Amino acid sequence: MGEPQPVAILVEDERQIRRFVRTALEAEGWIVHETDTLRQGLIDAGTRKPELIILDLGLPDGDGMEFLRDLRGWSNVPVIVLSARVGEADKIEALDAGADDYLTKPFGVGELLARVRAASRRRRDTGMGLGSVFEFGDVKVDLSLRTVHKGSVAIHLTPIEYRMLNLLIANCGKVLTHRQILREVWGPSHTEDGHYVRVYMGHLRQKLENDPAQPKHILTETAVGYRLVQSATD
Amino acid sequence: MPTSSEHRPDPDLLLAKVKRQEADAQRGKLRIYFGSSAGVGKTYAMLAAARKLKAEGRDVVIGVIETHGRSETAALLGDVEILPPKAMPYRGKDLSEFDLDAALLRHPALILVDELAHSNVQGARHPKRWQDVEELLAAGIDVFSTLNVQHLESLNDVVGGITNVRVWETVPDTVFDDADEVVLVDIPAEELLQRLRAGKVYVPLQAERAADNFFRKGNLMALRELALRRTAERVEGDVQAYRVDKSIGSVWKTANALLTCVGPDAGAERVVRGAARLAGQLNAEWHAIYVETPALQRLPAARREKILATLTLAKDLGATTAVIADSDVAMSVVVYARSHNLSKLVIGRDPSRRLWPWQRSSGQKLALLAPDIDLIEIGRTDGAMQNVDARNSSPWPMQPGAESADRRRMKRLRYLWAALSCIAVTLVSMPLAAHFDRSNIVAIYILTVVLVAVRFGRGAAALAAVLSVCAFDFFFVPPRFSFAVSDVQYILTFCIMLAVGLITGQLTAGLRFQARVAAHREERAGSLYEIARDLSGAVQIDQVVRISDQSIERTFRAAAALLLPDEDGQLSMRSERADTALVVEIGIAQWAFDKGQPAGFGTDTLPGSEVLYIPLRAPTLARGVLAVKAHNRRLLRIPEQRQLLDTFAALIAIALERVHYVEVAQDALVSMESERLRNSLLAALSHDLRTPLTVLVGLAESLTLTKPPLSAAQIESAEAIQDEARRMSTLVSNLLDMARIESGEVKLNLQWQPLEEVVGSALNAARAMLKQHVLDVSVPRDLPLVRFDALLIERVLVNLLENASKYTPPGSKITLAGQIAGDSLSVSVADDGPGLTVGHEEAVFQKFTRGEREPATPGVGLGLAICRAIVESHHGKIVATNRPGGGAQFVFTLPLGQPPAAAEEAETANG
Repeated sequence: MGEPQPVAILVEDERQIRRFVRTALEAEGWIVHETDTLRQGLIDAGTRKPELIILDLGLPDGDGMEFLRDLRGWSNVPVIVLSARVGEADKIEALDAGADDYLTKPFGVGELLARVRAASRRRRDTGMGLGSVFEFGDVKVDLSLRTVHKGSVAIHLTPIEYRMLNLLIANCGKVLTHRQILREVWGPSHTEDGHYVRVYMGHLRQKLENDPAQPKHILTETAVGYRLVQSATD
Repeated sequence: MPTSSEHRPDPDLLLAKVKRQEADAQRGKLRIYFGSSAGVGKTYAMLAAARKLKAEGRDVVIGVIETHGRSETAALLGDVEILPPKAMPYRGKDLSEFDLDAALLRHPALILVDELAHSNVQGARHPKRWQDVEELLAAGIDVFSTLNVQHLESLNDVVGGITNVRVWETVPDTVFDDADEVVLVDIPAEELLQRLRAGKVYVPLQAERAADNFFRKGNLMALRELALRRTAERVEGDVQAYRVDKSIGSVWKTANALLTCVGPDAGAERVVRGAARLAGQLNAEWHAIYVETPALQRLPAARREKILATLTLAKDLGATTAVIADSDVAMSVVVYARSHNLSKLVIGRDPSRRLWPWQRSSGQKLALLAPDIDLIEIGRTDGAMQNVDARNSSPWPMQPGAESADRRRMKRLRYLWAALSCIAVTLVSMPLAAHFDRSNIVAIYILTVVLVAVRFGRGAAALAAVLSVCAFDFFFVPPRFSFAVSDVQYILTFCIMLAVGLITGQLTAGLRFQARVAAHREERAGSLYEIARDLSGAVQIDQVVRISDQSIERTFRAAAALLLPDEDGQLSMRSERADTALVVEIGIAQWAFDKGQPAGFGTDTLPGSEVLYIPLRAPTLARGVLAVKAHNRRLLRIPEQRQLLDTFAALIAIALERVHYVEVAQDALVSMESERLRNSLLAALSHDLRTPLTVLVGLAESLTLTKPPLSAAQIESAEAIQDEARRMSTLVSNLLDMARIESGEVKLNLQWQPLEEVVGSALNAARAMLKQHVLDVSVPRDLPLVRFDALLIERVLVNLLENASKYTPPGSKITLAGQIAGDSLSVSVADDGPGLTVGHEEAVFQKFTRGEREPATPGVGLGLAICRAIVESHHGKIVATNRPGGGAQFVFTLPLGQPPAAAEEAETANG
């Protein structure tokens, strides 16, 4: 394409994991800077102008959450978090703290690259602004006319359902936590009513998915939140 | 505004009101049909009201009813359910009694219990029927009952005075005053007499003569007046309660309380009743005290029992009681009144006869000591009422004291010693008489009298004084060896000697008494201090048990045992008692524990028992029961001793509670520590195992992506490494999850969510395994939200799907279905494979059990065990069965609840 190669920073203390992640990313055309400490990672993030940061939450020299909060103070570079932790609470915390996506160990190269692609595409899209028409599967959303079609059938969404769909589209490929969705759709006073999101997400699936019990696009990240996937291969 | 602040309700009063209302809400309501005498129609009125309520649909039961063969009343019974009476054996006969336990078991909304004043047969749980009624009320059952004015405790003597018939069955005024409603059933005396003549009033044959006297017009009119007045007093009480309720000003006078003294005279009971009536009229609290002077202490046991019985009567009539040991009655009464802020003193009038003109009546003494206290003297009734000897407050006779014979012997020995001392002194003085002046001999005698007084008390001192005078006269006063006196001045010597002897004897005996009282007090304070100190050091239940057993045995000379409840509230003996001195009846102890009231000896409940059971009430809840059997049972009747015992019980209860919380805190600390340890261990394990697995998976996958591509065989190997590493990872997850769930510390992240969602994510997670199977998913759209931990239920579904795919050949059909089954959501995962080995359906949920004996399929049999653990932690069930058409089926249930309402919005067009 002739564009300069994008830069990724990999913060991970396990050498072998660094090795295969670097191999995979380099094969995709990334320049990868490795570091095994959060301190160095933060310095690199400031100096090397990265387009992606891959961060292991379980580093020996500190808390990954601190890193995220610090970073989000001055940068919106996409961050993918690697987690080997037992609880889902850490993932939610990381996402709420500003991480864009997460991978649970053990993960494969394919999963990693899919997330990386989604993150960089989102970054590109936000740079250009969303197009007026968004499509996933056989669903077509016209964001300027505010209409939704499934195949050739016009679908009627309630205001809340539409706001939720809009939010998913704006964050396509990214995991949204229940709390984030509640804050964006219902407002900051409803962040504890998790069942609202589940009920309306169910409605949305009923209207947009072919088989709501086996969704292809509006995916559940169990106990964490939801993710909109544009194509099944993503 | 000043006026508004004056009428602002007192917060304490309001709080008391709230508390009272709370207590009232749980308690049943008592309505008393109150009449002036038998035959006025109380039972009739009660039945009529009950029938009306029954017609309105209330659950009404007749507990006991006395129709006395009156046909009008019997006709009213109608179809109201009657509780069968209980046969109680008594002196070879079976008496039918009200069956309290059956009534509690039946638990109707309203029960009719006739004749509130009835005394139960010995052996019943309570000696009196009104106590049965109390228990019914406490159980939340409403009660209707009947009562005649002559059965009211405080009016008992007045009625006796009017009719000359004294009834023995009485009801404390507190019961009458605390009744929620009192219905006065009243007919004019003339009409009652007509009814009597018409044979409509039941008159027992054996009491016919008494009844002839009783049913005289004058009597009936007086009784009617009494009943009306008593009802009026009560209504006034209601008005006051209403005014407090509605916060209409304060009608309470704080300094209105009464104090009365109980003495040994027969009139004491009358004074107590008078004080009770007065207190009722003044609506004031009242105290009754008994000042035990040395003289009173020397009374025979029976009379002392009677004084204590009178004190118990006062308590029944609503007084606060106390026993004070002091030689100066007037002073101690005044001190008590001052310290308890009692402004009125009720005393019985002294006997009019006086020994000396300067002797003052007790009233005058009190007036001198405390001119600010109002004195009320209750008149005496000599004669008429005297022969109707005061009834024993307990209907069941007490045993006479066994120690009196022993004491008499002690007394005789003292007098003997006094006489011997005098003889000894005389013998010693004889040879001295030649060398010393007679006045010195007198001094020796006086010294002897003083010593005797100190050692053997007043009686012995008096004897010694008289003997000394005689001996001095006989042996030393000329003419010697004769009682004749030559010199008149010796008469003076004798008088002085006698007076000095008697006075010193009196003084020293008084001092001895004071010292003994002080010693008793010190002993009490000391024993309290000791048990408090010992208990405060106890850190284990066993220590508390030992300390309390020993302390009570030491202080009360009583056998004691602690009964502590287990988790279900069932008491069991904790004290190790080898002896048989204390036989504990668990049933009574359990009653005391459940009701929070003392039972057994000296109480209202089963007083026939030899053992007293005191519930150990701690600030939060009852901690057990203290069983005490005193060797000298009179000891437990003395209010001071009972109070001391109650204080002991409170201290023990607090110690038990403290120990309990110490244990709770220790457990919490230990479990917190072990949880922290476990969590860090699991986190470390999880990290340390997953990191190499991640490397394996990642590197193996990288191999397949290298350029130039590897050979097909190499790629296959790389993929195999990857698959095995992933399987290993699942195994690690299963092991870690099992460890967490088994430790019981897993905290469910319960959320209301649709089943559909977790089915979707489970299918997504199991997609790779199910590639070769046909999947049929049926989750109805209209299933309600269910509360569960999504991650764990997803694990259940994934494990079941994995199980189904593992044990069925490729191409088999796997069906996943959800449906409502009763009050739970049922989810099934079924296949059409070979099914489970018959008889093996339950065993598959055991750890490390698999479908087949030989490990033809890889994997450790943990998956289903985890499923069971997860489902059970959600209060659901999981079962495995073989389908009739072949294949295995796993069904688990999740309880349905009340899902929170989601904010609905109108279905409108987009945007």
